[in-house]
Amino acid sequence: MDLKYPDEAQKFAEEVREFARAELPAAIKDKVTRHAKMSPDAQIYWQRKLCERGWACPGWPKQYGGPGFTPLQRHVFDNVMSEEGAPPAVPFGESMIAPVLFHVGSDAQKKEILPRIRTLEYWFCQGFSEPGAGSDLASLKTRAVRDGDEWVINGQKTWTSYAQFANMMFCLVRTDPDAKQQEGISMMVFPMSLPGITVRPIITMDGGHSVNETFFDNVRVPATSLIGEVNKGWTYAKLLLGHERTSIARIGQSKRELRMLKTLAADQGTGGTSLLDKPAFRTKVAELEMELLALEITALRVLAQDGAPGVEANLLKIKGSEIQQTLTELLIDAVGPYALPFDPNRGVGLGNMDYIGPDEAAALGPTYLSTRVVTIYGGSNEIQRNIIAKSLGL
Amino acid sequence: MDFVATDTQAMLRDTADRLVRDRYDFEERKKIVASDDGFSRKLWKELADLGLLGIEIPEEQGGSGGTFADVAVVLESFGKGLVVEPYLSTVVLGAGLIAAAGWEAQKHDILPKVASGDMLLALAYTEAHSRYALNHVATKARKDGAGYVIDGHKAVVLGADTADRLIVSARTSGEVDDASGISLFLVDPKAEGVSMRAFPNLDDRRAAEVTFDGVKVEASALVGAEGDGLLPLEAAIDRGAAAVGCEALGAMGALNALTLDYLKTRTQFGRPIGKFQVLQHRMADMVMAEQQARSMLFLAIEQADAKDPAARAQAISAAKAQIDACGQVVGRGAIQLHGGIAMTMEYVAGHFFRRLTALEKMMGDRDYHLERFAI
Repeated sequence: MDLKYPDEAQKFAEEVREFARAELPAAIKDKVTRHAKMSPDAQIYWQRKLCERGWACPGWPKQYGGPGFTPLQRHVFDNVMSEEGAPPAVPFGESMIAPVLFHVGSDAQKKEILPRIRTLEYWFCQGFSEPGAGSDLASLKTRAVRDGDEWVINGQKTWTSYAQFANMMFCLVRTDPDAKQQEGISMMVFPMSLPGITVRPIITMDGGHSVNETFFDNVRVPATSLIGEVNKGWTYAKLLLGHERTSIARIGQSKRELRMLKTLAADQGTGGTSLLDKPAFRTKVAELEMELLALEITALRVLAQDGAPGVEANLLKIKGSEIQQTLTELLIDAVGPYALPFDPNRGVGLGNMDYIGPDEAAALGPTYLSTRVVTIYGGSNEIQRNIIAKSLGL
Repeated sequence: MDFVATDTQAMLRDTADRLVRDRYDFEERKKIVASDDGFSRKLWKELADLGLLGIEIPEEQGGSGGTFADVAVVLESFGKGLVVEPYLSTVVLGAGLIAAAGWEAQKHDILPKVASGDMLLALAYTEAHSRYALNHVATKARKDGAGYVIDGHKAVVLGADTADRLIVSARTSGEVDDASGISLFLVDPKAEGVSMRAFPNLDDRRAAEVTFDGVKVEASALVGAEGDGLLPLEAAIDRGAAAVGCEALGAMGALNALTLDYLKTRTQFGRPIGKFQVLQHRMADMVMAEQQARSMLFLAIEQADAKDPAARAQAISAAKAQIDACGQVVGRGAIQLHGGIAMTMEYVAGHFFRRLTALEKMMGDRDYHLERFAI
């Protein structure tokens, strides 16, 4: 079942869909639907297409070069693009550090950084987690010490997504080791090319390389790298993570996968009954579809209210991630024994004859494995529930 | 139901556990998985020398004449060690099927070689559209003089790429989903017309797509009577389901121990994360799941060789569906409780998760067994 938007939004949805169908190369779409590693070239190609159309950075106001969408337009845009298999935007620049810059960035930072995020000339990565600071992010130890006009950074970050492609980082560093944990943290942005930064890949159990370890050995960054005020980084980080949690729900992607699940399941089955017609499986699909529908309406309600989202952001993250996981579970169930063959490349670059089993199957096993992370990253779902409980006064 | 291990079982457990501990650590396993064969022939020979390949094979054929309950002990150890050697395909499925349904000549030819580690077997029964239905057989074997000619395709055949003999289900009469008319054949994978495409499975064991294009076999290749292959095939896969249950239990035990240790040692917010109640409860659920799986495994082991197919099917399905669910509770829980570290290839937790995921998809998935139980 599809939600009906108001006429104007419906018209806009069609416009977006037409654009995606006309402009999105099949090879890119194929990688997206397989959750395969996107090459930076493909990502940049698509970002520039969006720039040409005036739709890059759909969450940005006009004054910074965004399209100035209404909240509903933004929702429709994200959804339709995801449903059509367009690459999700690299979130670190446009959805995470940019909103912080809107609020507290200096004019010089805004002028330098924002236009380059828009074109992906600046590809950001996020230096938050450390080996000893995961859920307890505020215990981070990476140090920045002031030395004249520079800061000198030493320490280690981990789970740095796509650091291998990134040329910029926003980073949380400890600038006052004597203050209360949250009050001694600052946020900085700097190029990844600085001497003393080393990136080491982490291969995940799906065989993919999307995360890294990043080491800092006497890295000297200019004083102008500081975002906002010194020792206020924790406040900015919370603002930034709020944005991450809203975009992390991935409603459009889940809708696309639900469609794929139904198509696959209708094609599977033995003894004259398709899998989709089996009551047990059908019920599971129906339950999932209803959960997703409720989540989309919740997202629309959040958009309709003024101000930053509160616990709704946590809800969107929890439910959105759980739905994504259930989808991958049902998808591997749908292909049966063909969930077993393991291709870390997820079938990318194979011709029709080379797939083992249904051609979607190649991506489903690795995707099932890699999707276990969605209830862990962006603040684990346990932490999200803690935040909700705290907001209830518990 | 006998809950107490026999002396033989205690000894087998000791032997298998020691082997896994001393010879199969994470680094060693990594090398084995990356090797050409995808398993260690040297280790395989050691398994033979230790008597682990012939546990159920009669003494006169080079084995020790034991029971499936004895094999189960070894399988649980192999689950703890994430062993990739072709034990399931060769010993449990292949040799088990020949012992149960083969002609005397076939038993005499094959079983001693399996026990001595000189012959690997693979059971080719899944097809591209069969899912888990054993009666869905489109592969055909037509009479040709005294022998047969086989044409068709088998999917995701565990251990096929290194097997010395394939046991293939093929239709000698009837329509695709018929229960009768299915025959089992021993096929040399080097025979003309057999082609293969091998790949690793999710759990690092190898499998292959196998195509039969006008493959000629002698009449003596027929295992059991023509057209009566479904019953022995079902019996073999039921044993296989019990066997993957044993592996799953071993994996659950090891993964729970690993996770518990992590909860006690990883600190966040100034204390071990195991002090947080929400994590404690999840760990408690995982330990309960392991216990429930162990209970169902007793049922599966007791019924694995039962003569009444209907009673056996129901018991095995109950066990497999339950153990699959328990494996998901433990596997998914372990990843979540560990956090990011368990997502990495360099840490063993993810490999247990991959194995548990694969085991759920083998010998009929949870939904298949739920449905079979409910009928």
